[in-house]
Amino acid sequence: MWSLENISHSIDNWLYNTFDPTVAMLVEFLVVAFCVIGLFAMLGLVLIMMERKVSAWMQVRLGPNRVGPGGMFQTVADTLKLIVKEGMTPLNVDKFLFNLAPFIVMIVSMVVMAPLMFAKGIQIWDINIGILFITAVSSVSVIGILMAGWASNNKYSLLGAMRSGAQIVSYELSAGLSVLSIVVLTGSLRISDIVNSQSNGWWIFKGHIPAVVAFVIFIIAVTAETNRAPFDLAEAESELTAGFHTEYSGMKFALFFLAEYVNVFIVCAIGATLFLGGWMPLHIGNWTAFNHIMDYVPTFLWFFGKTFFLIFVIMWFRWTFPRLRIDQLLNLEWKYLLPISMLNLLFVTVITILKWHF
Amino acid sequence: MYRETQIISDNSILASPDVEGDLVINVGPQHPATHGVLHLVITLNGETIKRVDPHLGYIHRSIEKMCESLSYRQFIYVTSRMDYLSAHINNHGCALCVEKGLQVEVPPRAQVIRVLMDELTRLASHQLWWGAMAMDVGALTPFFLAFREREMINDIMEETCGARLTMNYMVPGGVMVDIHPNFQRRVHEFISHFRNKIDEYDELVTGNVIFQNRTKDVGYISREDAISYGMSGPSARGSGVQCDIRKLYPYEVYAKLQFDEIIETAGDSFARYMVRMKEMRQSLSIVEQLIDNIPPGDFQAKTKAVLKLPKGEFYSRVETARGELGVYITSEGATTPYRIKFRSPGFSNLSALDHMARGAKIGDLVAMMGTLDLVIPDIDR
Amino acid sequence: MPSANFEEQQWLNVNVDHNEWPGLAKSLRDHPDLNFDYLFCLTCIDWKTHLTMVYHLESTQHRHILVVKSKLDRTQPDIETVSGIWRTAEFHEREVYEMFGVKFRNHPDLRLLILPDGWEGKSPLRKDFEDPVNMVKL
Repeated sequence: MWSLENISHSIDNWLYNTFDPTVAMLVEFLVVAFCVIGLFAMLGLVLIMMERKVSAWMQVRLGPNRVGPGGMFQTVADTLKLIVKEGMTPLNVDKFLFNLAPFIVMIVSMVVMAPLMFAKGIQIWDINIGILFITAVSSVSVIGILMAGWASNNKYSLLGAMRSGAQIVSYELSAGLSVLSIVVLTGSLRISDIVNSQSNGWWIFKGHIPAVVAFVIFIIAVTAETNRAPFDLAEAESELTAGFHTEYSGMKFALFFLAEYVNVFIVCAIGATLFLGGWMPLHIGNWTAFNHIMDYVPTFLWFFGKTFFLIFVIMWFRWTFPRLRIDQLLNLEWKYLLPISMLNLLFVTVITILKWHF
Repeated sequence: MYRETQIISDNSILASPDVEGDLVINVGPQHPATHGVLHLVITLNGETIKRVDPHLGYIHRSIEKMCESLSYRQFIYVTSRMDYLSAHINNHGCALCVEKGLQVEVPPRAQVIRVLMDELTRLASHQLWWGAMAMDVGALTPFFLAFREREMINDIMEETCGARLTMNYMVPGGVMVDIHPNFQRRVHEFISHFRNKIDEYDELVTGNVIFQNRTKDVGYISREDAISYGMSGPSARGSGVQCDIRKLYPYEVYAKLQFDEIIETAGDSFARYMVRMKEMRQSLSIVEQLIDNIPPGDFQAKTKAVLKLPKGEFYSRVETARGELGVYITSEGATTPYRIKFRSPGFSNLSALDHMARGAKIGDLVAMMGTLDLVIPDIDR
Repeated sequence: MPSANFEEQQWLNVNVDHNEWPGLAKSLRDHPDLNFDYLFCLTCIDWKTHLTMVYHLESTQHRHILVVKSKLDRTQPDIETVSGIWRTAEFHEREVYEMFGVKFRNHPDLRLLILPDGWEGKSPLRKDFEDPVNMVKL
């Protein structure tokens, strides 16, 4: 069958047979790099469009519908605009940090894509500490944000960046603990092991109560981590400060903007991998006939379907809930989410030892 | 957050921008959260507000001076531009003042039409307030829902009065033209549609835990302070002050109608919010009571073409969507007024913002301003 | 009771000398039978020979209304502030100061409110204010 796995294997074989191993490896690097950048760009286009259409649907209006059939090329137009916009650098900024910050945020998003499994066998790097790698590298984006706020030479940007930084660092704890719950259930940090362990059912079903609790906490925590929806005080339009990216314009702003949406994709991809089975089709225990039918849908469709469903839920949050104040936000994390996730981890460990899951 | 009801002398705080570590920032005049051009200069200590100093005048059009050279028939329409969300009610107040001077009796049909238009305007104003308030605290969807309902009222107004925002419909003696034949049918449709929507509004925003946390215990003002600051309207009724002019000094047919004056005692932003939500229901019930009982007859009393008020002073008070509007005409017997003073509700409500905001966090300022429902052209005149 | 004379118009009017106003104001608010705690309108009228300050007071408890008027000298209009008694007067008196030029003694913060910078002393609402560029008189 024309599965992605076969295509990638055949390209791999052809390269190694035709060229020197080192050259083949370099060519593969380039191919993977282009794929990732291409995916990045494509995701940016699709997600921004999706956000606008979903928000329009919820607000009883149409959304962009002039540029292209059904408004499909709106984001292309927006990207062109951002590229040709004048990139103003304010007067007394720290030039090196100012220019570096958007790149750090973007590079982090790209690197985090390495361990993710997009389909059966499609993974850039199946490192044995997969999920730990993801959690660790995504923490580095805070540095980019703080850099942007500091280097902007603007007290409002600094305020916004500080708030963002505090928010992200706090919510990483809860996110990490919910991720740990699934790692405990699986017994391995490797992404492919986690997905393979869901071949008889997704963890959100198999791990009943603690997995559902972990899932809810995970969704709340990643919404806060990506500075979205009810937790977007740092960049809200009707609040005082316009956030850490006030002073950026043109292409640099485009990079921040893009990185934010790709971050949403990545955290939803992680959620889909851990809780909803990644590329694994919906299998129910030993119902082999049902499982076999589910296998006919290509695995990359399963993966992207689940991820986009979670993205839709996160977008739904944005247009439904009012914003939390910064102290209420931090309150929520330190007084409620963190104790609950710690207890949940304990509970999950007990369940795993006693094998009380499906 | 609960303060003593003593009058504080603020001379010490005036010097505070020189205190080390204080930040002075500007909110506005162009800002998505200030409804209109309001420039607030805020002195912050960290995240806590020490002083709020409003700088007004960005939309000052010297209406009071202008009215001294406009005739008694003309000056009414300048007031639509003052508080444009309660345009009918502003015009009504001016017309009442002129009628007091002329000792003219308004026919019953005109009275009922005026009250109907007033209450529909109050509903439209509260709808816009609700949408804008939700948008300020971050929920972006209710804005569109509110405007969808407001469109229905705007369409009704357009059919009868000819305009959607500044409906120049009231004249001294009655209304300018009779209501359109479709008026009753469309208002009936609106009532049945909106009755369900109010419950939807409550579900979407009022019951939301995040929203309640943003507005409860925020912006407290006690009853005595509210009276001392001259607050009126729903902002004062949220602190327990009984100040509904429609109940205390009824004008037109309000004395014969069945409706409640909504009073909440909590004094915080959530109480003011609830007062307006409940007022929407009351306005809806007033419209329902009147829409089938419009008496036949004249829609305008006979008055001379050129009006001259006798020498003296006349004051009329009406309840706009924001509070008590006072129209104070001093006349010397000429065809133009000698001096008009418009006592606008927003002016006094704004003076309480400084008192409410002391000691609060900067994120609360937006919630407070939202519930005070300020319309800046009303303040600047 | 200070010297005052009464007129009947729409509501009871009391004319008070501007030096006696502060004492009267305090007793109007504090006396249990009067209890005028709601100052709902504070303004000034320019009669070409003098200025008149007008205060509209209401009691939220007894629901009676009183109008207090005070004549001021046109060349040197000067009156004590009541913003310590009714807090709403703070903004209203600033507006009267900028529009009519009335100085309020002991006002905590007497400066321009609605007019932009540079209009100090111009008193636009006075009858003798002329602005040939912008004003159109009927």
